[in-house]
Amino acid sequence: MKRVSARTANAAIWILLLTMPYWMGAIGGYTELATRVIVLGLAAMALNFLLGFTGVLSFGHAAYFGLGAYGAAMTIKYIVPSTPLAIVVGVAVGTLAAAIIGALIVKLRGVYFAMVTIAFGQVFYFITFRWNSVTGGDDGLTGWHRQPLDLGFAQFPIGTNDKAFYYFALVLFAVAVGMMAILLRSPFGRTLLAIRENERRARFLGIPVERHIWMSFVISCLFASLAGTLYSLLSNFTDPRALHWSLSGNFVIMAVLGGMRSFWGPLLGAAIFVVLQDYVSSHTENWMSVIGLSFVLVVLFFPRGVLGIIKRRIAA
Amino acid sequence: MSLLNVQNVSRHFGSLIAVDDVSMSVQSGELRAVIGPNGAGKTTFFNLISGLLPPTSGKILLDDLDITPLSPQQRVALGMARTFQITEVFPELSVRENLRIPVESAAGLRLRPWLSPRVDAEVSRRVAEFLEMGGLATKAERLAGELPHGDQRATEIMMALALRPRLLLLDEPTAGMGDQETYDITRLIRRLHRDHKLTIVLIEHDMRVIFHLADRITVLAEGSVLAEGTPPQIAADERVQAAYLGKAA
Repeated sequence: MKRVSARTANAAIWILLLTMPYWMGAIGGYTELATRVIVLGLAAMALNFLLGFTGVLSFGHAAYFGLGAYGAAMTIKYIVPSTPLAIVVGVAVGTLAAAIIGALIVKLRGVYFAMVTIAFGQVFYFITFRWNSVTGGDDGLTGWHRQPLDLGFAQFPIGTNDKAFYYFALVLFAVAVGMMAILLRSPFGRTLLAIRENERRARFLGIPVERHIWMSFVISCLFASLAGTLYSLLSNFTDPRALHWSLSGNFVIMAVLGGMRSFWGPLLGAAIFVVLQDYVSSHTENWMSVIGLSFVLVVLFFPRGVLGIIKRRIAA
Repeated sequence: MSLLNVQNVSRHFGSLIAVDDVSMSVQSGELRAVIGPNGAGKTTFFNLISGLLPPTSGKILLDDLDITPLSPQQRVALGMARTFQITEVFPELSVRENLRIPVESAAGLRLRPWLSPRVDAEVSRRVAEFLEMGGLATKAERLAGELPHGDQRATEIMMALALRPRLLLLDEPTAGMGDQETYDITRLIRRLHRDHKLTIVLIEHDMRVIFHLADRITVLAEGSVLAEGTPPQIAADERVQAAYLGKAA
């Protein structure tokens, strides 16, 4: 019974995602907003791989998101005008940085880990902010454009057509999410749950805790940088705010708001966040206070997040 | 032949000497009880053996291999498993998952991103065996944290056992339990010892449990060995009586 309802929920989510560009307009949105939802949703789900399923809080995921964004943008602007290559480079840069930094900080726990991830994130932020000649500094990196996708046997106008780019992003989203789901159901994924639940017990079951946290961190950052590449490709632009710690904080808010113990929770959190940002910011500049208030209410009264509320409603 | 050989091990915490020059040799297949008044250093002694703490001095040998510098997970790989005085399970995972994790860990599957149906079936079969042995089969899908204390303790012992250890360390397995639960756990431990020929070292307060189970008893007091012998020898030992009665009086 439980498995059937989980399958139904998964099917419903994928149908909503597959049709989103067609109903987004009807509820006052637009295709680009739909793409933002899945891109930031992917970043939040990537963060949650570490936060919700390994029990490690990173406050610096924007660094890898932003490295992906800059890696992709700079590849197209300076090296070769190819969208797939831009994504490969962006993901490689973000993941490599995560592998090195992860190895340095993996022994830290709790608030110390979170603080150090912020600090490393800010290092990258200031590099992009200051290095005007290459990164465009505070003005951001402009003067480049994502390229159509040519697979030889077929061409896709993802360079200019918003809907085509949405589906391109959705394919990568699906691959990334599918890989995370498979990992979480594997023996490796169970070791991560074990570490989240009781680190000492995990250690005394023969699990090399530090190595597994490092791997979880790198995997999480890999998908965060993938989201980053899509984010800059979406707007043909990136600026240092893509690496700022406040964006890292937003990822955490999305994950907790949606429900960090559930696989899809962070996507829902991202959707709420992006849509609220879009609607509320057109009425008031203080849109963040609305987000902040809803975040506080959810944390205080619904620790399982919005998806937790929905699940309980369905169960009842 | 001795499986575990502890040689002149000490552990200091600042000026406090928690374990003071303790030696102990446990034969393969033996069930050894470690007893002593509160504060005798029993749990610290266990933490030294299992690798949670490094000793200040002394050596620990497993099968004549010096394991003193090894980490807990390396000791697990060599066949050592332990439980904790305060039960440590994975509270928000089902009992089945609690047992699956050590089964997979012991089988060297920790890094596998997926399992073939054949391996998966083999793992499930072994998990089912341990569920059965611990009397947990009907509770397999419940969250471990929601179970009564006795069942959590049984889960933890089964988790340790799922590692296929040669040496099992049990830190107060019946602590905080009622009579029926104590009886069940005692029976379980005796079965492991008799039927599976498992070498077990356990810390225990309940004298009925100890005299029922132990082949030999080591008595610790104030960090050092006060006496060692068979249960009748220990029962007759005047120094042991003095240490316990002295505390009680």
